Amino acid sequence: MLTLTHFLTLGALMFTLSVAGIFLNRKNVIILLMCIELMLLAVNINFVAFSRFLGNLDGQVFVFFILTVAAAEAAIGLAILVVLFRNRQTINVAELDDLKG
Amino acid sequence: MSLKTILLLIPLLPLAAAAIAGLFRNQVGRAGSHWVAILGVGASFFLSAWVLYMQMFDGLGTQNLSIYTWMISDGIRFEVGFLIDHLSALMMTVVTFVSLMVHIYTIGYMADDPGYQRFFSYIALFTFSMLMLVMANNFMQLFFGWEAVGLVSYLLIGFWFKRDSAVSAGLKAFLVNRVGDFGFLLGIAGVLYCFGTLDYSQVFGQADSIVDKTVTLVPGFEWQWITVICVSLFIGAMGKSAQAPLHVWLPDSMEGPTPISALIHAATMVTAGIFMVARMSPLFELSDAALSFVMLIGAVTAFSMGLVGLVQNDIKRVIAYSTLSQLGYMTVALGVSAYSAAIFHLMTHAFFKALLFLGAGSVIIALHHQQDMRFMGGLRKQMPITWITAWIGTLALIGFPFMAGFYSKDSIIEAVHASTRFGSGVAYWAVLLGVLITSFYSFRLLYLTFHGKPRYRVDVGAGDHPPDGVLQHAPHESPLVVTIPLILLAIPSIAIGYMTIEPILFGGWLSDSINILPANDSVAVVGEHFHGPVAMATHALSTAPFWLMITGFVLATFMYMFRPAVAEQLQQKMPRLHRLLENKFYIDELYQKVFISRAINIGNGLWKRADAGLIDGVLVNGSGRLVNSLAARVRTWQSGFLFQYAFAMIVGLIGMIAFWVMLK
Repeated sequence: MLTLTHFLTLGALMFTLSVAGIFLNRKNVIILLMCIELMLLAVNINFVAFSRFLGNLDGQVFVFFILTVAAAEAAIGLAILVVLFRNRQTINVAELDDLKG
Repeated sequence: MSLKTILLLIPLLPLAAAAIAGLFRNQVGRAGSHWVAILGVGASFFLSAWVLYMQMFDGLGTQNLSIYTWMISDGIRFEVGFLIDHLSALMMTVVTFVSLMVHIYTIGYMADDPGYQRFFSYIALFTFSMLMLVMANNFMQLFFGWEAVGLVSYLLIGFWFKRDSAVSAGLKAFLVNRVGDFGFLLGIAGVLYCFGTLDYSQVFGQADSIVDKTVTLVPGFEWQWITVICVSLFIGAMGKSAQAPLHVWLPDSMEGPTPISALIHAATMVTAGIFMVARMSPLFELSDAALSFVMLIGAVTAFSMGLVGLVQNDIKRVIAYSTLSQLGYMTVALGVSAYSAAIFHLMTHAFFKALLFLGAGSVIIALHHQQDMRFMGGLRKQMPITWITAWIGTLALIGFPFMAGFYSKDSIIEAVHASTRFGSGVAYWAVLLGVLITSFYSFRLLYLTFHGKPRYRVDVGAGDHPPDGVLQHAPHESPLVVTIPLILLAIPSIAIGYMTIEPILFGGWLSDSINILPANDSVAVVGEHFHGPVAMATHALSTAPFWLMITGFVLATFMYMFRPAVAEQLQQKMPRLHRLLENKFYIDELYQKVFISRAINIGNGLWKRADAGLIDGVLVNGSGRLVNSLAARVRTWQSGFLFQYAFAMIVGLIGMIAFWVMLK
């Protein structure tokens, strides 16, 4: 029998995985973007799970909003990435340190 | 004009003159500045003389006027006000008269000085300050005048501020006076603490009430408050009136122009301390200990400073040491409760000492600023007026019968003799031997300057700065602006004692301002034997002071007129004594070693350790360096890598949530 706990655990695992991906990834900005998408999906799982087990559809409505935002974000992020690559000829995270004071 | 207006005008006219001569010196010009100053001070003199006249003959009683309330703090009133009684009217007249003479004299003395207007501004300002001091009816105004005359004295000693010696002499005067003023301020604080008011009449009115009050300043010793207050106030007087051991500034103050030496450092300002103690007589009378202290300090000064005067070669310094010695006489008189005798001597001394100083100044002009008596001599032929007036001044100073100084000095000696206060025996011998010394150095000065053969030679081609003992032009008598003040000062030097001894000393003329306990009244004892000024002078012929004076005269005449070699031989026979006197008892050297070099060391230490080390090094630069080094470390955290920022954010978020959860 699947309970709420299983879904929440899955969500938490996916979230942790994506956070770890952001920290540990030193190579590629695309992986960074993917990790952010994964993070949003982990949140979505939580929303859906709560919606299902509490019998309230509001959570699922929220998931649609998040998916929309995530799509828009992916589009913008990839566009930025293209511009970035055009300017710097690299998408290596370790070389993107222009924020350094 | 109401009396209040007149009294206000007396100090304010010189102040206005000082402001005009000083601030508008270019507009009024040289002649304008001396006219403004002379008119201001002259008007002030005539008004003062009028007030004195009204007091003497027209029954104008004691006037205690409050002019202006500056502030009221915690019930204590700080006021500007005038207390006009016989004492202050007399002081005002003496101060303004001598000041007027010196103003006129200055026209001649400072004729070629580029700081002409500045000088007139300063001396007019001095007259204002001194008048505020003597007219005060409260301690605060007294202190204001006290400090203001000190300031003007400093400015005038350092008048030729391009000379190093003048600058350091001014500084010395200022610092030594600061020592005295500290005591003075403590005395005023004591008055305020004990009486809760600064007004003279209120303080004197309740003076008796604190006789039994004591204070423990040092554990184990209990002192009467009244003694503490009086000694503190007198320490202020010691600074201003140059009593040993705070006398060191007065001889050095001779670096200032001669008119100033006459006005400030002989006739008026240095007598402020004497005046102050006389004014405070209701307080001093209550403390025998304080009066004994006053008397002994005065006796030491009167005797030892006269001794130093014997060996000085600078004409002004001889007179300066004579002033110290005479101030000692006045202080001794205060110490034996003979306040009226002290004020009497103050007045006669103001005339004859100003005369002597101005005479010395006249000689100095004639010899082109040569002050060393070893290069003078025989000037009586070229400068007859200066010579005669100097003789008059000298006779008055040594106390020749019928001259002004005779009456005042003999009264002091008699009063000391009559006193039974602790230490009066020592003081009597000090003032008695002082007469011999005074007579000796005074005639030495006269002979070296005016008699004998000239010890200078005239050489027309000697250039602008000839060596000592060579003059470009032959000396000649000074102009009228110099000699007229000499003559005008010579008249009171002869007559003022004869005319005023009876009312001032024995007629109780000063009894409205001076308060003497009957048991202490030494002047009254002297008065029992007083049968008029003529009888006093003839009786003096059979007393010790007269013959001591004659002895001094004979010794000086012998040594400096007939056997000039004797002085030289004596000097070689007693080299130790001579060196001791020539170095003024090594007091300057003592102060240099004990106080000045230590103060300089402390200053250096504070500068290097506290200022450069602690404040600059640790606090200012240190905090800067700390920020720098911290920032250098913290700066590395800002790597610019997104993933590190994200990590930090997450960790922070988790931390905050964990904290929040734990709180719940």
